[in-house]
Amino acid sequence: MDLSLSTRNVSGPNGDRTVVEVGGEIDVYTAPKLREQLVELVNDGSFHLVVDMEGVDFLDSTGLGVLVGGLKRVRAHEGSLRLVCNQERILKIFRITGLTKVFPIHTSVDEAVNATD
Amino acid sequence: MATVELRFSALPEHVRTARLVAAAVARRAGVDEAVLDEVRLAVGEACTRAVGLHQSGGISAPVHVALIEEEKQFSIEVGDESPGSVPGGSASGANPDGSDTETEEDEMGLAVISGLVDDVEVIAGEHGGLIRMSWPTTPPAVALP
Repeated sequence: MDLSLSTRNVSGPNGDRTVVEVGGEIDVYTAPKLREQLVELVNDGSFHLVVDMEGVDFLDSTGLGVLVGGLKRVRAHEGSLRLVCNQERILKIFRITGLTKVFPIHTSVDEAVNATD
Repeated sequence: MATVELRFSALPEHVRTARLVAAAVARRAGVDEAVLDEVRLAVGEACTRAVGLHQSGGISAPVHVALIEEEKQFSIEVGDESPGSVPGGSASGANPDGSDTETEEDEMGLAVISGLVDDVEVIAGEHGGLIRMSWPTTPPAVALP
């Protein structure tokens, strides 16, 4: 299954958030598309991102690298990158790499949008 | 002898195929359903690493994957043809084209593999590297005569 991406803007108590809904598999082949999307959003001035990973079936270290790259980019603009994920098999890879300490991970888009930075 | 062998051109789009085949063969071999996600992820990481090494080293040879069904375990070997591809594991020195980012990504892949798989061996050879990973299998219940 290929990667699907869609973005929408949501207003929260702390301002606008851009929600990036990701579906399918994030691996060495598809990760560059996600990287392009994140770079484009930051270049267009969206510095507060919520990446919704509920539709992701597979994530590997290349995908993690892209998310870390995205975080570095938004942080350079004092922004934020929050993840939404409830899937144990995806959460496991964040845990074994220690990235649960780097990314705020939420159980719903609402929770991520309403979170205080 | 391997149950199934795969050789694929070192291109990112083929890594998914390797994952799917490995998971299918592992399931048939009796690897626990709960562990199949780990098999899929680990073989993907090993193949991604091999593809990266071949591409950065300008190696046109294919990446080799062997799926081996043994009596009580299932093993996967992912072989590359990049000389001395294990960090610090070979006397042939650093990859001359390897940037820091590539090294980091390579190590991240290896970190994921070691975090996932208990039984893993990384071998660096003069003619290439090999990652060998094994998982226990549950033998199918045999009906007594």
